[in-house]
Amino acid sequence: MDKARRKIIIDPVTRIEGHSKITIQLNEDGLVEDATFHVTQFRGFEKMCEGRPFTEMPSLMARICGICPVAHLIASAKACDALLAVRIPPTAEKLRRLINLSQIVQSHALSFFYLSSPDLVLGMDANPAKTNLFGVLAENQQLAADGINLRKFGQQIIERLGGKRIHPAWVVPGGVSEPLSESDRDAILSSLPGAFAIIKRTLDWFKGIIGKYGEEIAMFGNFPSLFLGLTNRNGGLDFYDGGIRVVDSSRNVIANGLDPNKYFEYIGEKVDPASYLKSTYYVPIGYPSGIYRVGPLARLNLADRCGTEWADRELINFRGLERTAVLSSFHFHYARLIEILYAVERMEQLLTDREILSKHVRSFARPNSEEGIGVAEAPRGILIHHYKIDDNGLMRWANLVIATGHNSMAMNRSVLQVAKHFVHGAKIPAGMLNRVEAVIRAYDPCLSCSTHAVGQMPLHVQLLSSTGEVVDEVSRPD
Amino acid sequence: MSKPKLATIWLDGCSGCHMSFLDIDERLIQLGEKVDLVYSPLVDAKVFPEGVDITLVEGAVSSEEDLHKIRAVRKKTKILISLGDCAVTANVPSMRNPFGVKAIMTRAYVENATLDLRPPTEVVPKLLPQARPVHEFVPVDIYVPGCPPSADTIFYVVTELLEGRQPDLSDHSRFGA
Repeated sequence: MDKARRKIIIDPVTRIEGHSKITIQLNEDGLVEDATFHVTQFRGFEKMCEGRPFTEMPSLMARICGICPVAHLIASAKACDALLAVRIPPTAEKLRRLINLSQIVQSHALSFFYLSSPDLVLGMDANPAKTNLFGVLAENQQLAADGINLRKFGQQIIERLGGKRIHPAWVVPGGVSEPLSESDRDAILSSLPGAFAIIKRTLDWFKGIIGKYGEEIAMFGNFPSLFLGLTNRNGGLDFYDGGIRVVDSSRNVIANGLDPNKYFEYIGEKVDPASYLKSTYYVPIGYPSGIYRVGPLARLNLADRCGTEWADRELINFRGLERTAVLSSFHFHYARLIEILYAVERMEQLLTDREILSKHVRSFARPNSEEGIGVAEAPRGILIHHYKIDDNGLMRWANLVIATGHNSMAMNRSVLQVAKHFVHGAKIPAGMLNRVEAVIRAYDPCLSCSTHAVGQMPLHVQLLSSTGEVVDEVSRPD
Repeated sequence: MSKPKLATIWLDGCSGCHMSFLDIDERLIQLGEKVDLVYSPLVDAKVFPEGVDITLVEGAVSSEEDLHKIRAVRKKTKILISLGDCAVTANVPSMRNPFGVKAIMTRAYVENATLDLRPPTEVVPKLLPQARPVHEFVPVDIYVPGCPPSADTIFYVVTELLEGRQPDLSDHSRFGA
């Protein structure tokens, strides 16, 4: 047979949140030439909201994602605050911060324990029939139980505050709909020590095993890029508000305190002809050099500090991993765990603030502005909602810039790096498939969010000859 | 004797129904003792197996890929459950229907983008003209409304079926719950 240019198609990717596939293009010598991550679902929230009252937006936009509905609630409600042109009561802001942190914990717990820990507990080359939470349970019962309990901890706080675990309607334009009762505050406070113990234990375990993953750390999206995210006025980590900071791969600040209301001046969105996911880029540098990453890894690279005792101690250790910014996307996992620790500590600060029980939690107004922008740090990175309304308060237009889209270019580059390292020639190495998926899992992409659609990512590999014939085909063994 | 086979799939939804399934928390362990979760976004099986006893379907049918999947899943499943309002009524995904595919694509990929302004057409599955509920394409055995149905409801439905009983949902869920 003539030397063939072959294409590997991975369809679907599992243990991530959304529908996607990956193609890997090989040259005549069987070496990896290119790799692309395709997101295969699209829903159209930016259009379908048109003509509806803006007051519906928080609850409607939350339906973009069942994993991080609270992030959409918050970004949406903040955009609506801007339409009302009101300042929300200080207690409302604190309560929104509290529910956002609860969501950070539950979403990060889902990513780390339910989706990625099988690769870390059982190994990258483990039998795919076992690489799931039940497999982890059989191998390391404590870790699996900790994961279930930590996610439950976050979800229970969301339920206590918002009335239900998924798609609560409590965050509204102007604030939140109900104040926090003393008994609920006390109940949440009493659950913090358990969560703190779990995350401390998990961090110790994780630091004990990362030595085994040197090759993955070196190859899992380990490249220079910019990092982009919110910081507060003091340069510290902030999930709710602040200015946008951009740092380079040496942690030099190249932009600071950028106004989120002018995001379109520095964030561009490129359409990929073969994916429903758009790729964002940093406009002053342009496409594709303006590649940046967002989310846990970015936040811990760009913030000066976390601002809580234990998380800041861990941050020192995290920063010690590399002399520059921490560049390997494998360390999204570590950053995610540190952020859980931060969230639990920060919740305690918020709950012990006397003002948290104030009954004044909502500002009322008619719409006073025809345009509003809301920004928040979602679990996966910065999230922007931008709305325009007419004189009757009906939606005319929306633009949503979603966390996973910011990481699109980086995910593509990471898939290419992993494929180049692990894929050679006509044979498809067994562990390769899982590693290509595992690097995507490190980013914890939420594809429902990113294309404002959702699904699961399957995995299926085909080797095609230059004439397009299938010469080898592998579906991940069951 | 082998355990009953449970599967979950995700069409055009938000994953909230899957998250609500996970919200059964430690009862997952109990469930894992009674069934094999043979296909799901949460496990690594890549091919939907034959002879699945119960499949929970989240989401509406919105693309050619969704349609292809649900037809294949129906053939291989004994009891197919429409889980949540999107599967049962097409709910939020169907809000695009009055605008049409071209208009939603133009908004996202022409008006709200800055580079290479044209809707993706390569590799990605085509959207169907409308997002529609699952039962318009394949027979559905049980309908579980809710946005999402609560964890208790999902656990009740699955355990009743495993006990060989028909779940009575009248007191357990409602649309928009």
